[in-house]
Amino acid sequence: MELAPLLQYLISGLTNGAIYALIALGFVIIYHATTIINFAQGEMVMLGALSAISIYHLYPSLPLAFLGGVALVTLVGIVFERLALRPVRDPNPITLIIITVGGAVFIKGVAMLLWGKEAYSLPSFSGDAPFHLGTATILPQNLWVLGLTAVVLLGMEAFFRLTLVGKAMRACAYNPRAARLVGISLGRMVQLSFALSAALGAGAGILIAPLTLGVYDMGTMLGLKGFCAAILGGLGSSFGGVLGGLILGVAESLATGLISSGYRDAVAFFILLLVLFIRPQGLIRGGS
Amino acid sequence: MRRTVILCGLVMALAGLVLLWVGCGPKATSEPFVVGGIFSITGPASYLGEPERNSMEMVAEEVNSKGGVSGRPLKVVIYDDEGDVTKARLHAEKLLQKDKAVTIIGPSLTHTSMAVLEITQKAKLPLISCAAGLAITSPAKDRVWVFKTAQTDQMAVNRIYQYLQKQGLKKLAILTVSTGFGVAGKEQLLTQAPKFELAVVAQEVFGEKDTDMTPQLTKIRGTEAQAVICWGTGPAPALVAKNMKQLAMTIPLIQSHGAASKKFIELAGDAGEGIILPAGKLVIYNQLPDTDPQKAVCKEYATKYTAKFKTPESSFGGYAYDALRMLLIALEKSGGDQAKIRDELEKIKKFVGVSGVFNMSPEDHNGLTPDAFVMVKISNGQFKFLD
Repeated sequence: MELAPLLQYLISGLTNGAIYALIALGFVIIYHATTIINFAQGEMVMLGALSAISIYHLYPSLPLAFLGGVALVTLVGIVFERLALRPVRDPNPITLIIITVGGAVFIKGVAMLLWGKEAYSLPSFSGDAPFHLGTATILPQNLWVLGLTAVVLLGMEAFFRLTLVGKAMRACAYNPRAARLVGISLGRMVQLSFALSAALGAGAGILIAPLTLGVYDMGTMLGLKGFCAAILGGLGSSFGGVLGGLILGVAESLATGLISSGYRDAVAFFILLLVLFIRPQGLIRGGS
Repeated sequence: MRRTVILCGLVMALAGLVLLWVGCGPKATSEPFVVGGIFSITGPASYLGEPERNSMEMVAEEVNSKGGVSGRPLKVVIYDDEGDVTKARLHAEKLLQKDKAVTIIGPSLTHTSMAVLEITQKAKLPLISCAAGLAITSPAKDRVWVFKTAQTDQMAVNRIYQYLQKQGLKKLAILTVSTGFGVAGKEQLLTQAPKFELAVVAQEVFGEKDTDMTPQLTKIRGTEAQAVICWGTGPAPALVAKNMKQLAMTIPLIQSHGAASKKFIELAGDAGEGIILPAGKLVIYNQLPDTDPQKAVCKEYATKYTAKFKTPESSFGGYAYDALRMLLIALEKSGGDQAKIRDELEKIKKFVGVSGVFNMSPEDHNGLTPDAFVMVKISNGQFKFLD
């Protein structure tokens, strides 16, 4: 086995993995606060990418497109929680999870009406000239993805461990009743978790848009991969989610390169099944 | 005096009757010609079905505003199969039983066409497919009632290989999508390679919705390939172009006719520069010499389409445009009898369409040659006519 292509597979896998990690973090945040899985997470990624592209077409400034896209999708996340989940009479997790699945289908449909079925592109953040890294090449955009994922991960850990709001959010997942007794507003925490995870999803979408283009149905598969990553990492832990994402990305890339390109998507779900059978608690045991 | 009045009255009455009868004449036969259409208007292949439906409606509207075909109006009944075989079959039955269509145009895809042609063959109903697959009209002796207007993959591959041979290239890598389009393309790429003394040194596949083809391209980079041929539709081929730039690969990239759209140039951006591909003449009709008979037809189609729908024309819509216009000729000559329509379609010669010059015959129900494609190169965000 030559080493030259391996490094390239690794780079490609880590980039995709970082995106899965960001999406997985979105799952983890909502799980932290509510113990539900938000299957509309993938659609937030798509919304992020497409709104940033639209903003960029109106006013060609990348920082503005990035911030605008994230802000818009955060709003969508809040509204989604408010209109679809909050009014539910019987808020047991299964009901809520099924509602998020419905929400995902709805959001995708609306996106199809708004943007049509075509794909759109966004320019790279800092040019398209690849760097050479030994025998492999890497794009500035790959570095952006990896760097921002690292920053977000550290920020999240700090938020959940060090700030009062972060701790309050975790408390809601451990024991909602006790949390309420000590004066934490459960509703506000849930809302915050949806806002945060929508923002993360949107960020992920905008980061990869220059690499993968933006199209209305990109969210479903990304959401599922992010979910696999979150499960692989153990749902309760941010580090676990990131680790899960990176492992998944690299495994996919290696399977495509070394075995056959047909197995790419199968790898994620094979790993998911394997984890559920062998180590259902995930690689890193979560908080709850 | 009285007699004259009665006589006059009788004459008038007779004349009136005659007039009435004459008036009835065209009325009795002014029942519309019903032409069915089955296209993938929604679903993953909507980029094919939408312009096809638009083009068909556009031609019908124009014909009817000019008094119809042989004095009879043209009624088009169009259904959406969503790219689904079962739905395509259902719509074909409906067109046959309920709408009493004299001919069906479509479906848009090879696999849906193959399903529908079983029904229309049995019912002895002419079908003009808009899909690329060679097997739709070949062998012609088994496909008596089936015609098609889209160029086949075989012609596209032939054109590409002619070009590679001229460039003196010997070794190539192929990267095909895992859908029917890619599988059919791969088959043609592999079977025609020896004829042009080309060796396929790498065969890779990608999924229609894949967003990262760097692993496959990394593998290709490790071979001796002198060119990469990518066979796909939608956004994925544009990503292949981007990924090649990412990997700093400098060997030429050749795309299939599936990438011959302005959308592809937009998506690929800078990475699209220098890509070579076969395309129908519609995409570069402006650059054709005036002696090319297709220039005027393409120009007319493009002008009318963009004026009516406010979106750019596409070669795909051209398939339905050519199909209905050929059918109009056959309808006029046959008077609407299905068997005669078929015979007339088979007799069409030197019909200048958007997709090429059609010469139908009992042996060839497509009627096109590889000349229906031209090789183009993307430069400065535009298609440039090569040869």
